[in-house]
Amino acid sequence: MLTVLVLIPLLTMLALFISRDQRFVRTVVVAGFGALLVASVVVAVKFLVARALSTDAMLLAQDFVWYAPLNIHYAVGVDGISVLMILLSAVVALTGVFSAWSMERDFFVWYCLLAVGVFGYFISLDLFTMFLFYEVALIPMFLLIGVWGTGKKEYAAMKLTLMLMGGSALLLTGILGIYFTSGATSMNITHLVGTIPMAHQYWIFPLVFVGFGVLGALFPFHTWSPDGHAAAPTSVSMLHAGVLMKLGGYGCFRVAISLMPAAAHELSWIFLILTGISVVYGAYGAVVQTDLKYINAYSSVSHCGLVLFAILMLNTTAMTGAVMQMLSHGLMTALFFSLIGVFYSRTHTRDIRQMGGLMRVMPFASVCYVIAGFASLGLPGLSGFVAEMTIFVGSWEHTDLLRRILTIVATTSIVVTAVYILRTVGKILYGPVLDPGHLELSDARWYERVSAVVLIACIVLIGVWPSGVGHIISESLKNLNIF
Amino acid sequence: MDFSGFLMMPSELGLLAIFVFLLAFDILAAETRAMRWFRPVAIALMTVQMVWGFFPAPEGTAFGEMYVSSPLTSMMKSILNIGTLVVMLQAGEWLRRPENSIREGEFYVITLATLLGMYIMVSAGNFMMLYLGIEIASLPVACLAAYNKYKEHSAEAGAKYILMTALSSGIMMFGLSYLYGAMGTMYFSDMNAAVAAEPMTVLGFVFFFSGLGFKISLVPFHSWAPDVYQGAPTATTAYLSVVSKAAAVFALVLVLHHVFGALAVLWHWMLWGLSVLTIVVGNLFAIRQRDIKRFFAYSSISQAGYILLGVLHGSSAGLTATLYFVFVYLFSNLAAFGVIAAVENQSGRTDIASYKGLYKSNPRLALVMMLAVFSLAGIPPLGGFFSKFFIFAAAAQGGDYLFVLIALINTVVSLYYYLRIIRAMFIDAPGADAVSSFRTDPYNSVSLVLCTTGILVVGVVSWFYNFIAQATF
Repeated sequence: MLTVLVLIPLLTMLALFISRDQRFVRTVVVAGFGALLVASVVVAVKFLVARALSTDAMLLAQDFVWYAPLNIHYAVGVDGISVLMILLSAVVALTGVFSAWSMERDFFVWYCLLAVGVFGYFISLDLFTMFLFYEVALIPMFLLIGVWGTGKKEYAAMKLTLMLMGGSALLLTGILGIYFTSGATSMNITHLVGTIPMAHQYWIFPLVFVGFGVLGALFPFHTWSPDGHAAAPTSVSMLHAGVLMKLGGYGCFRVAISLMPAAAHELSWIFLILTGISVVYGAYGAVVQTDLKYINAYSSVSHCGLVLFAILMLNTTAMTGAVMQMLSHGLMTALFFSLIGVFYSRTHTRDIRQMGGLMRVMPFASVCYVIAGFASLGLPGLSGFVAEMTIFVGSWEHTDLLRRILTIVATTSIVVTAVYILRTVGKILYGPVLDPGHLELSDARWYERVSAVVLIACIVLIGVWPSGVGHIISESLKNLNIF
Repeated sequence: MDFSGFLMMPSELGLLAIFVFLLAFDILAAETRAMRWFRPVAIALMTVQMVWGFFPAPEGTAFGEMYVSSPLTSMMKSILNIGTLVVMLQAGEWLRRPENSIREGEFYVITLATLLGMYIMVSAGNFMMLYLGIEIASLPVACLAAYNKYKEHSAEAGAKYILMTALSSGIMMFGLSYLYGAMGTMYFSDMNAAVAAEPMTVLGFVFFFSGLGFKISLVPFHSWAPDVYQGAPTATTAYLSVVSKAAAVFALVLVLHHVFGALAVLWHWMLWGLSVLTIVVGNLFAIRQRDIKRFFAYSSISQAGYILLGVLHGSSAGLTATLYFVFVYLFSNLAAFGVIAAVENQSGRTDIASYKGLYKSNPRLALVMMLAVFSLAGIPPLGGFFSKFFIFAAAAQGGDYLFVLIALINTVVSLYYYLRIIRAMFIDAPGADAVSSFRTDPYNSVSLVLCTTGILVVGVVSWFYNFIAQATF
């Protein structure tokens, strides 16, 4: 059943080879990703039904032997966290298609491959399959940015690919370490829990955590993110910041923390400091940027840093907040990037110093941007507030000095976030129209509106009904039984 | 005299028959219209030989253990067969050019002669036999390298190759004399029982290994490779970098397992060092290359380092991984060389700059090249990812996590230079003298389809791995 989520983008990709015709390509891609969203919802419903009947950690599981001599299986299954990630990916991927309306066939071929990787990753239970899909998701980025990007695109594409692959080199060493030191006869995550000897956890945990952390924008390995996101085309930024960076956080939790909780307890202070730096440094970095995409990219470093920060707090409340933050950040950053795409396609600049008064010119896009901004700075009623609130409550549960201090420091990022969001909003949306040419610009087109409305709806849904999402997450955490 | 020993070697006899037939064909039909049929006939016969190789061969020894046949050796020969067939498919277009057409037959005949030598290398049960095989396999390659003898580079490549081959054979022979002196026998099985960590044996082993290291182009015995790869005709380069290298690796694997197993503690560290050195040096030099053949010379040097990684622990998983790695490497590297051959035949150029904008002019070739390069870099879901993973798994199983990490970081370095090719083809704008759109030779197209299928299927379908594993266990 779950494999459908991989097959749909794969078949969409193959179907694209039939013709280069723009109409055909659009139809196929919208149909493909629409079907993917439907399938994701079906998976979610099936999961909820199965959840009511079972307390197994992973549901809807399937297992096929792939390479018998090495105990490699194609094993898939989901828990509440992966279901939410799948829904997030489906929403962002579909809205990304609308934001890439005028792109050519080849672009969507790689876009579909990216989706194959992302969905395969979230449904995988076997470490080998998981790693395979992880790399499948990374490599199309090189061409997506390199061919269709803007600015220093070759540099950014190369930097992003090499840094992420560097991370996956650490990761693969860690995965092999997990398999061979555990003495297990399976690479299935659910079978590996509690089998890794403590002595080995000390070196495997950092490898795996940093390996995934590179994608989760762990300081000091975040530097690919601003360049990459700024150079990428709109929908790729959306998918990358919205979904791909979540692969990092998800992996840190699913592999590093849940397989090696003992080492996580011992070593979390090092990484807490690093993620604390990510959170604050990202926020301050965003304040001084003048390029809209750079602002948002640094803001992503800050928000994704907060995800890792919360994961490392190692308790149910903070972890619930972390997953919510992943959802919230995924949706709102996708919204940001799609709106930046709208502005950029019309004004041909992303420099906030050259924009002004866009609210009068493009009211729809501007209002959406304000909403995204409010979600980002944590206005109650939108998703950001719930997520950050839960994280900080969870962090505060620890009574030791280091975590208290770090929590306070991380909290200050909210204020800094408000500074750069309000500054940007004020600069580009209000005030006089700086460039007279901007008065002629048109507002968002229907496909751009679809993209924005869907994302805002999801942000509001999480904001006003956090208990629904929170319940799914905390129940999964209970069944995993690691905290 | 007892001729029953020949029954043990059907594949050698079959190849010999093809060789003799083609030689006769070439001599008798020279400069007649019948030469039109030479290429199809040669390829058809080679295909038969390849398919036949997959049927179970008799197992055992012949001629007093001089010759050994086992499922493992049959498997190795089949891999060599596939490589040779692909090279033959790719060579045709270039051989048909006016300046070469008169010598068309020679290429096939010489190639088959070297293949016969490789069969003997793989099936040897005695060091003299192994040496004989190596000589048969390498001397004719010098002719192939110098095939375009009026081109300066080609002649240089031939000369370099023959000198280096002679030197390495000499070194190897020197080592063998020590080994014989220490143990009083040349038979693998007798030596396996007699081998001990004595200075003379170790010295003999080191010399022998150095000789073989030349053939695999391990650092520091690699210096001939870039010049020869660049100067030799592209089909020869493909043959050298894949089939010839594979045969040498197979011989090394067999000797390490069957003869020097007892010395594993000693050669483990030697191989460790050489392997790291080979990977790192190959990678670093590949970064700066501008000629694509030279580029692939360094890339295949570093790939040889990865191959050694599987040999390192002498485990059966490592042996399977090594064979599997070579199998995937064959498809990946030959796919790349197929594209290089096609572009070179069209434009006469081999610099990386001529690949700029290739995706615009020849999208299919660019896609094949992309798959080849990604497979070499170990990107999933292509074969190269699986083969690298198994190699690393074999090393990790032996506890060499540090080495795995070093090798993996090097794959990131290699990704950098492989991405340069991708960047040239897909991102960079074509220059004024860019390669124009053209149709690829049908035979070469077949070879590219074969290689692409190999790259895509061999990893995802586990049957191939299991098939190889059956032979190695």
